[in-house]
Amino acid sequence: MTTATPEQSEAGAPPAAPPAAPAADRLRRLARWWPAALLLVLLTAPWSSLPLPGLLDGPLGSPGSLQLIALCLLFGALATGYDLLLGRTGLLSFGHALYFATGTYATNTVMLQAGLPFLPSALLGLLAGVLLAALLGSVSLRMSGIGFSMVTLAFAQAGSILVERDPGGFTGGEEGRAAPADRLPAALVGIEHTANLYWIALAYLVLTLAVVHRVVRSPTGRVWEGIRENERRVEVLGLRPYGFKLVAFVLAGALAALGGVVYLLLTGGATPQTTTSDFTLSLLVMVVLGGSGTRWGPLVGGVLYTWADHRLGDLAGSGAVAGLPAVLRVPLSQPLFLLGTLFVLVVYLLPGGVVRLPDRLRAARGRSRPAAERSRRVTR
Amino acid sequence: MSTVVLLTLTGLGLGALYFLVASGLSLIFGLMDVLNFAHGALLSVGAYGTWWAASGHLPGAGSDGFGFVLAVAFGTAAGTLAAVLLELAVIRPLYERPREQVLATVGVGLAVPALLSAIWGADARPFPGPAALSGTFGLLGAQVPVNRLVLIAAALAVLAVLKVFLGRTRHGLVVRAGVEDRAMVTALGIDVRKAFTLVFAIGGAAAALGGALGGLYFGSVDPGQGTSLLIFAFVVVVMGGMGSVGGAARASVAVGLVQQFANYYTTAGLGDLAVVVLLAALLLVRPSGLTGRLA
Repeated sequence: MTTATPEQSEAGAPPAAPPAAPAADRLRRLARWWPAALLLVLLTAPWSSLPLPGLLDGPLGSPGSLQLIALCLLFGALATGYDLLLGRTGLLSFGHALYFATGTYATNTVMLQAGLPFLPSALLGLLAGVLLAALLGSVSLRMSGIGFSMVTLAFAQAGSILVERDPGGFTGGEEGRAAPADRLPAALVGIEHTANLYWIALAYLVLTLAVVHRVVRSPTGRVWEGIRENERRVEVLGLRPYGFKLVAFVLAGALAALGGVVYLLLTGGATPQTTTSDFTLSLLVMVVLGGSGTRWGPLVGGVLYTWADHRLGDLAGSGAVAGLPAVLRVPLSQPLFLLGTLFVLVVYLLPGGVVRLPDRLRAARGRSRPAAERSRRVTR
Repeated sequence: MSTVVLLTLTGLGLGALYFLVASGLSLIFGLMDVLNFAHGALLSVGAYGTWWAASGHLPGAGSDGFGFVLAVAFGTAAGTLAAVLLELAVIRPLYERPREQVLATVGVGLAVPALLSAIWGADARPFPGPAALSGTFGLLGAQVPVNRLVLIAAALAVLAVLKVFLGRTRHGLVVRAGVEDRAMVTALGIDVRKAFTLVFAIGGAAAALGGALGGLYFGSVDPGQGTSLLIFAFVVVVMGGMGSVGGAARASVAVGLVQQFANYYTTAGLGDLAVVVLLAALLLVRPSGLTGRLA
């Protein structure tokens, strides 16, 4: 890394800082291990019965809570993969839902129609997602800027229409199709096995984070960064941005398709909601909410969004909202209205997302302190 | 023969609807580099405004005769007002940050349909159109619904007005110049921000008119209608070449016709796919769209 990125300032002490006491230094070095500690906590969550009132409905280890946390982790991972395009390469794709839905629908359809067991079906589903991303990516990357966004949106819309129209009865139309319980491994079916599904979602998250962080630091990742900053300059250097963009597109598509397979396990079926443009837009909201182009931002955004989405749904249906006057009750009963408004506010008030908030607060404090000192001197 | 006539006129009617949405979208994009995701919401505002007025909530407006014209005018005015508010409150503070402008319109595009379905329910509402426009007329042996002609006439009128406005007026000149080179116009000391508001107002009016007449075309209004039409309008804008109104007009005709014919001669729903295939094919041949303007 030659440039100063926010990741660096997050992870370590600034190099110009005065030598700190050894105890504080050791503490800071320990603090660097927080992702590993968090992972350990997450791994052991199913055995915990810690109640988190307000945050979750039941204790931490109850199936309902585990299901919600698993969804949060899944969408955190999905947003991290999506940010490979948006934050790392500067490609605003509006069709990411298509590859996610391909993972879900293709796996489910292979299990239902061909009668294959889960693992080969999942591999085929993943392959379908990768091939589709390669095909559609190679066409839509012929456009640049907003044109690319519109074309990806059009392709995703075509997929959504196809799923809704239900040709040959493969997709189940608006109802979607439940996954066949007899084709799935027994350890992944039923409410008493929620912990296993939770661990799968966690594994998917760790895999996505590992892949994204690794490739972003690779030479290819540097080129992506260059494309994001100035595509023309990359071209002048003798590299073809098209190929690099296609690699990013296919990799993000593959991660999304894998996420689709995990989603199929987690929710026990394929639903047409995952194919809609609203679904891609919600991924976009997650990334921007958390902080695009940062190491943990999309993950934080995905977790926050998914949690808020579920809890807002509960809030909207709760007695507290029903008792409000109509002016407040009507908009508050619509989670999408709340999310849309929240998104506009985040774009305005939090450029850089939630993860940039501590930095911004620190900067604001740093700016106000000398000002306060100066004013004191003047008054004296 | 009669089937072809019917399909052609229906396709042109649909194309007219796409043009009403896409013309404003294309101008806004060309001038400001903003892909307005809230454009579908403006269409919904127009549709619901007209529906609300025509259902007898607005004195003097109704579902027949002059009352219906008044209702459409009310819906269009509501959409125009919403567009101006959108520009002033959401787009303008994010001036010089095009990507964040797009993101903010995404938020508005999510919130407005949700608000509409909170107020009037998520289900489709029957649209009270005038009896004179709900019938059909005979042409070369085909029974063509009258409202298709109304749509085509409205789109042609909007196209003519836009052509005159862009080609003959001073404001139009500023907008055209801004589409070509915003920095140069600003350097000449012209306030492009006024042109932004103006273009948003025009785009909002066209989209809202599209919403009002779309109620006639579909026979109902629902909160999701705007968003689904918006996606085809995007296709039209890309195919027509970004920022070109003439290109948008030609592309809407092509998209409307392809969709209708493919829906009739193959299974229903394949027409929507055919449109996307058409888009992909066009991009492979000419990445810059019909009129050759690069994005």
